[in-house]
Amino acid sequence: MSTSVVKDVTELFNPEVRAEIDRWVAKYPPEWKQSAVMAALRIVQDDNGGWLTTDLMNDVAAYLDMPAIAVYEVATFYSMYELKPVGKHKVCVCTNVSCMINNADTIVEHLEKRLGITFGEVTEDGKFSLKEVECLGACGGAPMMQVGKQYYENLTPEIVDAILEGLE
Amino acid sequence: MANEVCLRTLDLERPWLLEQYQSRGGYEILKKVLTEKTPPDEIIEEVKKSGLRGRGGAGFPTGLKWSFISRNAPGQKFVVCNSDEGEPGTFKDRDIIRYNPHQLIEGMILAGYAIGATRGYNYIRGEFWEPYERFEHALEEARKAGYLGENLLGSGFDFELHSHLGAGAYICGEETALLESVEGKKGQPRYKPPFPAHFGLYGCPTITNNTESLASIPMILEKGGEWFSDIGVKNSGGSKLFSISGNINNPGVFEIPMGTPFSKLLEMAGGMKDGRKIKAVIPGGSSAPVIPGDQMMELTMDYDAIAGAGSMLGSGAVVVLDDTNCMVKVLDRMSYFYHEESCGQCTPCREGTGWLYRVVHRIETGQGRQEDLDLLDDVAGKISGKTICALGDAAAMPVQGMLRHFRDEFQYHIDHKRCMVGAG
Repeated sequence: MSTSVVKDVTELFNPEVRAEIDRWVAKYPPEWKQSAVMAALRIVQDDNGGWLTTDLMNDVAAYLDMPAIAVYEVATFYSMYELKPVGKHKVCVCTNVSCMINNADTIVEHLEKRLGITFGEVTEDGKFSLKEVECLGACGGAPMMQVGKQYYENLTPEIVDAILEGLE
Repeated sequence: MANEVCLRTLDLERPWLLEQYQSRGGYEILKKVLTEKTPPDEIIEEVKKSGLRGRGGAGFPTGLKWSFISRNAPGQKFVVCNSDEGEPGTFKDRDIIRYNPHQLIEGMILAGYAIGATRGYNYIRGEFWEPYERFEHALEEARKAGYLGENLLGSGFDFELHSHLGAGAYICGEETALLESVEGKKGQPRYKPPFPAHFGLYGCPTITNNTESLASIPMILEKGGEWFSDIGVKNSGGSKLFSISGNINNPGVFEIPMGTPFSKLLEMAGGMKDGRKIKAVIPGGSSAPVIPGDQMMELTMDYDAIAGAGSMLGSGAVVVLDDTNCMVKVLDRMSYFYHEESCGQCTPCREGTGWLYRVVHRIETGQGRQEDLDLLDDVAGKISGKTICALGDAAAMPVQGMLRHFRDEFQYHIDHKRCMVGAG
């Protein structure tokens, strides 16, 4: 028998995060709150500077009435969840075939040189992190990358510079 | 003849708005079906007649899939749209959602009506934030106009539709992995049978169709199955969206009749960049075996022609490679992808994709061994057909295709520890 204090789930997260998760919960049958776990993890991750802590995952589990392990499974399975800190701007570069044959490697080299980091790393000031991603479905604009929610296509080193300079 | 079905509003300004869609007769066929109470079987027959085959890549006849649902069985049923576009080279569904979201919504409502489902989900890949916002906006407009919700246009038919966002997993494009994902789980494919038509989302009868398939439905019902079928050729009804990319001048999405010569599509896409020679084409997404350029120039873009050349039309994702490309490097990248994206459930795929990648990678980096090509053939053969879903086959097919057509390039890499391309 557990004597640990059960958290009051209505106290979890801030009201905006809670409202946004609730909006997703409402899309699914009442007995399938778990369907909102992917959205909940994304919302919580965004609210936490782009990454998930074990505590946050546990809170999501409690909020959606799921076993914590089921939440960890989801968080580790999908590539858009981050389990370590990332930069304020997560720069995701596609290196799959269409981008590769349109000089994605030049874009990667340029980013690595400019930011002084490689894939999986964060700049010292915490502003940028770099991530290699699989095809993002924008091959007509190869080479391409995604920063935050935004796609940037037909990249050249000069365009990459302009994009990075435009980010706060 | 181009842009007749899914991209027919593309010439309009802000074509994603309801009023623009309606200015081209949008939602008229839905109104007609709801007011005339068209028998659902008639709708399914019309879709069968159209020759529409699943546009996500598998090419399964859409009307036949719908007919597997027992419409009168009690309980909830679902329509699920697969907008998890992830097959490398494919970027057409993104354009449908961005530019013509209402036609997809109308198609999903009609599908729901035909199979007796009152709820639907559109599974949009998580990276597609802009298309997702477009779709959400269109849902709002449709709801306000009375096309979604209860008792649509006084017909007594209810239909509610939501989007579900993915979070980065190629495997969720497999229909049962996608259903698992909607249920809030890891996207691991289910054993079949039971098929989703009997045991789908939340254990209920479900049809899952690709974005392009569902967005084609309103035009098929408005103009008739025969009209659609006649656009294409035998066994390949209709037009199709081709995503063409690679070493070409004008990459993009082209909606053209099935059976159009590849040479014509290449011409539409601006031809080869820098006047270079075409070396090879991956005709249907990276899972489709490669076809040498010369052979491809003689083929037409339809299921039978591409299958006849030992490959597949797949999702209509055409990657054009010029003669500066090293095929070992291309396969190295593709094999990495399948290894990275294997869900880990079946041993032949989980381990085999790693073997394929490591062996191709060592050939690419000058560490290849004489026995490696036979080893690749062997491993690929031992993955094919031995896994729950098609990801294993999708990993094996590009390897087999490359070895079939470009074996000498791989052998050169092993013998000389460098590339044949530009080796002079």
